[in-house]
Amino acid sequence: MKIAVCIKQVPDSWAEKKMAGGVLDRANVDAVLNDLDEYAVEEALRIVEANSPTKEAGEASGHSITLISMGPERATEAIRKALSMGADDAILISDAALAGSDALATSLVLAEVIKKGNYDLVLCGTESTDARMSVVPAMIAERLAWAQLTFAGKVAVDPAAKKVEVERITEFGNQVMSAPFPAVLSVVEKINEPRYPSFKGIMAAKKKTISTISLADTGLAATSVGASAAWSTVKDALPRPARGAGVKLTDEGSGGEKLFDFLVEKRLA
Amino acid sequence: MSSVIFLVDHSGGKIAKASSELATFAKNIGQSIAVVFSANPSEIVAQLNTLPVDKVITASGDWDKFGVAAIADGLAQIIADKKPNALLITSSANGKEIAARVAVKTNSGIITDAVGVDKDLITTQSVFGGSTTVHSAVTTGVPVITLRANSIEPIAATSNPEVEEFAVNISDSAKLATITSATEAVKGGRPELTEASIVVSGGRGTNGDFKPVEELADALGAAVGASRAATDAGWYPHSHQVGQTGKTVSPQLYVAAGISGAIQHRAGMQTSKTIVAINKDPEAPILEIADFAVIGDLFNVLPQATEKIKARKA
Repeated sequence: MKIAVCIKQVPDSWAEKKMAGGVLDRANVDAVLNDLDEYAVEEALRIVEANSPTKEAGEASGHSITLISMGPERATEAIRKALSMGADDAILISDAALAGSDALATSLVLAEVIKKGNYDLVLCGTESTDARMSVVPAMIAERLAWAQLTFAGKVAVDPAAKKVEVERITEFGNQVMSAPFPAVLSVVEKINEPRYPSFKGIMAAKKKTISTISLADTGLAATSVGASAAWSTVKDALPRPARGAGVKLTDEGSGGEKLFDFLVEKRLA
Repeated sequence: MSSVIFLVDHSGGKIAKASSELATFAKNIGQSIAVVFSANPSEIVAQLNTLPVDKVITASGDWDKFGVAAIADGLAQIIADKKPNALLITSSANGKEIAARVAVKTNSGIITDAVGVDKDLITTQSVFGGSTTVHSAVTTGVPVITLRANSIEPIAATSNPEVEEFAVNISDSAKLATITSATEAVKGGRPELTEASIVVSGGRGTNGDFKPVEELADALGAAVGASRAATDAGWYPHSHQVGQTGKTVSPQLYVAAGISGAIQHRAGMQTSKTIVAINKDPEAPILEIADFAVIGDLFNVLPQATEKIKARKA
């Protein structure tokens, strides 16, 4: 199987985020591999391990895992982390023209790169912790006209039959969905526990290939991506007025009653 | 006059409360057109008579088999035919994915997780854990906007809208993935977390005992939430996790019991209208954003409040 995993470098979710000129200020915060993408990398590794004679990812498994990411040169840091978990190689699409791309442009670029790779499966996290839209996996599936198996809490792959089955988990319940290869999957957080890169993995990752390609290499025009091609625009972004300090009291035996009084006063109970 | 199409969200034959909010947003902008995808649309259509709806479009088909991709096909075809000024969908997992595919199909811009949209189709979003308010607009195509539940007080109306059946052609690529079985979410008598107008959440301070949290929730008719610490410890199901990597909620009242309020948790609840916190630790960050904070043991405070609420109702 040829598996691709889409990953993104995002501002550290523990860091304070600010807007700069209508977009997220990415330059002045620590950047990390999107938490939720680690589950996709882990699941890809497990799919390979479950279907490899040696029960290990890597060349001997007969399968491959390629990371695909769009971002600045600096995104190689996040890519190295995913490589150290065990992915085989990576493609980074990096181009000044891509700055400010919206989800539509991002999915366009990713789909264009995926198209050229002959992949059987594409795995994604459900969302990035910076934009939090949860739309890119569905957009990629739509653009490629591939099966969409998203919000998977369980994945079962049958490489011989070239089929994949997932359990989709949403707020309205669970659904079992199946489709033939090729398919676009996104995986939810509860699906697995991502491994920590081992020392061996970290050393091996240093030798793995990250192919950096430009927008021109994808065949897409600069007019179809980037901030100027975004189909929505931010009018203004204002800090929300700080919540006024509320009532704070120490429970001396009647804290629950006082809480009740507050709820009644606010017509909430 | 502007016309706005909204997708009616329903499960088990019942319209979701969030759909009445979409009808209200649509009506505030112009003509409000409800679209119902259902194998049995009539039972859903009947429920639209109490909402501000000017027109209903129904489409019957194998929606339960093909899901998101097929519904996106249908909406794109309806948009091409009716040429509305905007499409409104609820911000759920399904809703956002349907919106994503419709945006690609119709070459339209998309805005997700809005908490408001005005007459000029300018949206309001609350980002970075509620610390920043953003106003945006779609500049290309038919604006595709998803709105979070609990964003507006729904207006009641008596309507008798005209109903039009629309024949949707589901594309081959939308039929690639098929739903072979489905289980509805276990409701357990409590409202759905992201839709609930009151949420009571428990964290590390519960030590794994959610009983006082659940009892207060039931007395208030609330949904139960949990911090990541509590779900990671296996004390409560992951589906109830509130925070950056879990659900985002914005209820009228959010009660945080035994939750310290790390930035990742606050990101999921900070836009709640009223926040109440109960925590033993006087330094807990949650106390700083609470409208009402009790420094004390949740095992004393919650049952006492629960008793008073029950007594008042009785």
